Amino acid sequence: MKLITVAGPPSSGKTAVITKALRFLHSEGLRVGVLKFDCLVSRDAEVFQAEGIPVLTGLSGNFCPDHFFITNIEDCFAWGSRHGLDLLISESAGLCNRCAPHIRGFYAVCVLDNLSGVETPRKIGPMLKTADLVVVTKGDIVSQAEREVFAFRIRQVNAKARILFVNGITGQGAWEVSRLWKKAPEDAPLTGGRLRFSVPSAVCSYCFGQTKIGEDFQSGTIRKMTIPD
Amino acid sequence: MTSTPLAGEPAFGDPRCDDFLQLNHFPARQAEPTVRAYWEALPWETREQSGWSYEQLRDGLAAFLSSADATPREQALSELKILPGHDKSGHPEKHTLCFRAGDVICIVGPTGSGKSRLLADIECMAQGDTPTGRTVLIDGCAPDPDARFSGEGKIVAQISQNMNFVMDLTVVDFLRMHAESRALEHPEEAITRVLEAAVGMAGEPFGPETPLTQLSGGQSRALMIADAAHLSPKPVVLIDEIENAGVDRLRALDLFVEKGKIVLLSTHDPLLALSGTRRLVIGNGAVQNVIEPSREERDNCRRLVELDRCLARMRERLRHGERLDEPWERMMC
Repeated sequence: MKLITVAGPPSSGKTAVITKALRFLHSEGLRVGVLKFDCLVSRDAEVFQAEGIPVLTGLSGNFCPDHFFITNIEDCFAWGSRHGLDLLISESAGLCNRCAPHIRGFYAVCVLDNLSGVETPRKIGPMLKTADLVVVTKGDIVSQAEREVFAFRIRQVNAKARILFVNGITGQGAWEVSRLWKKAPEDAPLTGGRLRFSVPSAVCSYCFGQTKIGEDFQSGTIRKMTIPD
Repeated sequence: MTSTPLAGEPAFGDPRCDDFLQLNHFPARQAEPTVRAYWEALPWETREQSGWSYEQLRDGLAAFLSSADATPREQALSELKILPGHDKSGHPEKHTLCFRAGDVICIVGPTGSGKSRLLADIECMAQGDTPTGRTVLIDGCAPDPDARFSGEGKIVAQISQNMNFVMDLTVVDFLRMHAESRALEHPEEAITRVLEAAVGMAGEPFGPETPLTQLSGGQSRALMIADAAHLSPKPVVLIDEIENAGVDRLRALDLFVEKGKIVLLSTHDPLLALSGTRRLVIGNGAVQNVIEPSREERDNCRRLVELDRCLARMRERLRHGERLDEPWERMMC
């Protein structure tokens, strides 16, 4: 089974891109499934189920979503294997832009949208920097010139990734994505594997449910800003 | 600052390294010869808390520097050939299409006939692997498979009625940014050319300091067209219905022809449809007919140009608050 991690900011079009690309693979007889990682609510499962694609939703709730992802991915992988899937897509939102769910040896995809502004590629961090494929959506409503500038800005932070434009509504470009996914590495070992980027080190009182403000209530790993006088 | 970079390190002497460090909120350099020396000279708190490691800094910097080398060059293309596929019922398509640099190809057909599919086949450089079974040849050869699967390798620039500028920048800053992404030798010259061409096409003039988002529909379309002609590296331009945009449409086509682009125009505007080199009639998912304009059509096209000028004059007069109440014949000349 192939496992592909797809990450991107909320509302960037991850679900649309995945649905459209999986349609091609599904129609070719591949058994595909989706893992949907989210923080609080997710209704995307319905979208995939409507396509006849099995979905497993993981809501991290009070836990750090990235830690939640990495502590659950093996079990989810096993779920996919039990269902006899050929391809499992793990979809997660970018959350704080500091993390990335991308794993060494597994195909990694970042979805960004053209409307988010040209500075976005510089703000996104590791989920863009460590991706193998960057899918840019909503290109149909911005000018060609802005698309080219956006692609260049992505190139400045990730020199190696492929950049593809996909229209999440019409599905134009999703066929190309499906071809790349079809060639993704197969049966890479997950246990003992490594994340491409470390998740942040922060175990402080607030991680454990503290809500009060003030130095007396702060303990654990804490970082203070340097503020000039 | 000249020094030999360490193995696996980019040249730290490159002045663009300063831009990278500044963008990522790193302190300025103190003439360190290598990336490693710079990293090691940083206070440990900075290193610890920056969220970076030496390897990430090294690789990030290398990516940033190589992006300039990867800037898309003007892609040369003299002939685009499309070998027939099949229609929606599976019957073979009859026509082999061949477009040359400077051709304007108009595409007509009702909604759902397969116009978008044809444009999509060209966009993804189909190799018999799309639903239509068409094959696209670039200068007689199959495209580099890698180019098909990368945005930069694509040969097509698009302009459609639905597109807008969304950046919060002035026209000139925006053009500068686009020119920078192309790493042009004379960016200012290119910017001036785009501006002149755009203002020439738009009904109403605008200046370099106008914010992009304040441009009218016609002005934005004109700027998109001029930019696609002068600043985009793509040799093929797909235009989806620009008829109502309030731009001088024939001037726009001329601009692309001058630049040797292949223009594919999905349109039912009589003036544009008759102005093309050829017209493709699409139906049931396939090219049903290829029409070369006859002499009679060319003559009619000239009449349409006249008509279009009359309409443009009326529009201009309305804009200036005038009435259009003289006899019809006088208004139409």
